[in-house]
Amino acid sequence: MPHDDPDHPHSLLPPDPALRVKALETILTRKGLIDPAALDVIIDTYENKIGPRNGAHVVARAWSDPAFKTALLEDATAVVSEMGYYGRQGEHMVAVENTADVHNMVVCTLCSCYPWPLLGIPPGWYKSDAYRARAVREPRAVLADFGVTLPEDTAVRVWDSTAEVRYLVIPERPAGSDGMDEAALMDLVTRDSMIGTGLALPVEGSAP
Amino acid sequence: MSRPHDMGGRYGDGPVVPEEEGTVFHADWHKRALAITLASAAHGAWNIDVSRHARERLAPMDYTRFSYYEKWMAGLADLLVEAKLVSREELAGQAPTLSPSADKRLKADAVPAVLAAGGPADRPSDIAPAFQPGDAVRTRRLAANALVDGGHTRLPRYAAGATGRVVRYHGTHILPDSSAHRLGDAAEPLYAVAFPASELWAHPEHPRDEVVLDLWQSYLAPA
Repeated sequence: MPHDDPDHPHSLLPPDPALRVKALETILTRKGLIDPAALDVIIDTYENKIGPRNGAHVVARAWSDPAFKTALLEDATAVVSEMGYYGRQGEHMVAVENTADVHNMVVCTLCSCYPWPLLGIPPGWYKSDAYRARAVREPRAVLADFGVTLPEDTAVRVWDSTAEVRYLVIPERPAGSDGMDEAALMDLVTRDSMIGTGLALPVEGSAP
Repeated sequence: MSRPHDMGGRYGDGPVVPEEEGTVFHADWHKRALAITLASAAHGAWNIDVSRHARERLAPMDYTRFSYYEKWMAGLADLLVEAKLVSREELAGQAPTLSPSADKRLKADAVPAVLAAGGPADRPSDIAPAFQPGDAVRTRRLAANALVDGGHTRLPRYAAGATGRVVRYHGTHILPDSSAHRLGDAAEPLYAVAFPASELWAHPEHPRDEVVLDLWQSYLAPA
């Protein structure tokens, strides 16, 4: 039942990864099971259309509009859907807010679950064994790898994405950003700050 | 009873190496691997739980040495043969024949709608929620699939037999332990459960730190 086949069919493909993918693509194309033009649209979507600027838009609005932030924390799926950010790997969204008291950080220890419609395809490190293994046991040591040190009295809450729920971290709004408009605020929101391995960028000329 | 994907808490993996936000793919074949996987899945011959399990049940040596998209390709090749969409002989180099499923392939103009539609995992269920936020719960002692020996489960080893408290109710969701083995959706209540780091680790970094996992009701007992 768990299909532990010692003779996995994948081993019939060429060993070199690039050749392996090429071989599989050729077989599937010649069988008519995939359309090469569809592959190009999928790649263009995740390379150029869907990425962390979507999430930054949501965060900047949450910083600017208290009623929006309340709604986002209450039902993120509905709120981001209205902004056009619903889709594959973002079907069930939850937003969690960083404060002086708690710092949230997101991982998927069992695979690499990630909120694609808001952040795009996960970065290499998010999919690495090191991040998957260490983020739950020593999040502060992992934060140090990103150059982030939290105040001693801030608690860390790590969310391990074990179901189809995807988490978006709302980073703390940087000091000195009062009066900045949504577009300027978006520039302060990094991808890593929405995973919780980074902080929002400081405002130039402002004390951190 | 465990598999190498269940690596949360493991020692010895070295530093996490940050990277620039602009890097989406590190090699051209990574893009192709992602696209082939999504386009193949559009045939509906497997669900997300079946495909996760296909990667997890790679031989431990393969799982460990393969990079991320190599795991995807290996899992996909195995699934294509199991679903009889591609034959072993074709994978081995025999000339491919046109598939009877060819007319159902994902077309370029349908891609945006398919990606935007996603695949929600919530389903109606007759199982009433047994817990509510604030309740103390204990996870199964063994991080094992109760239906299938060696089967797929989403309870990581590091959180087995641990006591935490419910912090959020997510509604009723497909149970991966069933769905990954084509035994039906078996939807049941799903919760976010917070565990003190001191409950999970011998040397927690900070007394107030917590780890939160999304866990199905059948993984949990009152504590």
